[in-house]
Amino acid sequence: MRFKDYYKVMGLPRTASQDEIKRAYRKLARKYHPDVSKEQDAEEKFKELQEAHEVLKDPEKRAAYDQLGADWRQGQDFRPPPDWGKGFEFSSREFAGEQAGEFSDFFSELFGSRSPFGRPAGGAQHGHGFAAAGQDHVARVEIDLEDAYRGGTRSVELRAPELTADGHVVVKPRTLRVSIPAGVTEGQQIRLARQGSPGVGGGAPGDLYLEISIRPHPAFRLEGRDVTATLPVAPWEAALGETVAVPTLGGPVEMKLPAGARAGQKLRLRGRGLPGNPPGDQFVVLRIVLPPDSPRARQLFEQMKREVPFDPRAGSGP
Amino acid sequence: MTSLDSILEGMPLDESAWIAVGDLCAWLRVERRWVVSLVDAGVLEPRGAGPEAWRFPASDVVRARAVARLLRDLEVNLEGAALILDLVEERRRLERRIALLERLLEE
Repeated sequence: MRFKDYYKVMGLPRTASQDEIKRAYRKLARKYHPDVSKEQDAEEKFKELQEAHEVLKDPEKRAAYDQLGADWRQGQDFRPPPDWGKGFEFSSREFAGEQAGEFSDFFSELFGSRSPFGRPAGGAQHGHGFAAAGQDHVARVEIDLEDAYRGGTRSVELRAPELTADGHVVVKPRTLRVSIPAGVTEGQQIRLARQGSPGVGGGAPGDLYLEISIRPHPAFRLEGRDVTATLPVAPWEAALGETVAVPTLGGPVEMKLPAGARAGQKLRLRGRGLPGNPPGDQFVVLRIVLPPDSPRARQLFEQMKREVPFDPRAGSGP
Repeated sequence: MTSLDSILEGMPLDESAWIAVGDLCAWLRVERRWVVSLVDAGVLEPRGAGPEAWRFPASDVVRARAVARLLRDLEVNLEGAALILDLVEERRRLERRIALLERLLEE
């Protein structure tokens, strides 16, 4: 297992007072709380922080941890000393409870439920009549906009800590095949019952919450269930109000432009966004594109210049 | 454990599905009076006459879970957690909007 430098995690010197530990925890908890934080790896950082705090806030656990010595480095290969926990008078039996299943194998081995620190006072052992539901997990899944539109199946890779029969924690990778319903939106969660951590002592397994993240699409911009795309049109299509083919997530559809359509004008194709109740709309923003230069095009523009009285800058300018 | 071949169907937690108060309590492993306190604080907005008949939009599961974690981890009270939740949701909305506008500016 890897050594965890809890002081480093909390950004504190080994000489920090209990008050300093408390203050550092509160400050970092606000920074890395997964429900608040903007950091990419907030979930991981917050777990590390909770684990470090769990040990350092408790003077007994801290003293035992300090006895390992100051020479260990974060991530260094580590085996607990054979006499671990000897000579400590354990008074507090507060166990980290719900979150502890998420902590590292380093924590589990030294401070977990099977360690000297995890055994309740009076000799009663966890495992006899002790049952707890498994942890819920949250995992992010990145999908393409097309998948959100059509729905489909995705493989989700998870790294889940598991408690072995002898009380050790191992991280097991597993792959789930998950059906993504059509019409999921950015940030939406999907609940998969009983796919979280297994329970302890016959407790029910936790649940898995998948958080959907939709990759940016080259052509469509997504807002809620509405999509917006820019549509290039020829000047005469805009001027005459032609019917044009518009790409949508469900395939091209025909749209009649209003005669005299302007560049930047936003038109709506109702119900052509992501499916849902109600479904989203597709917005089309017009971009007027000139035909490539050619003698004939030039000739026609020159004819317009002579015959169409038009000053696009009339009324603008100083 | 789940084999590779089976495809799991989850429940999308959006406004299109509604869940009973009993399910909400079971999913979050909380007591009903905790849910009542969240409704009183305006965090959750159920339909139905009285706590026994309450039904919640499935998206409330996400909100309630977030509040539970904030209460547990940050030592804030319910009003504080509700305020954090509102502000974080507003910030996410604004971030998405900014990202959208930045893309528009680049085009």
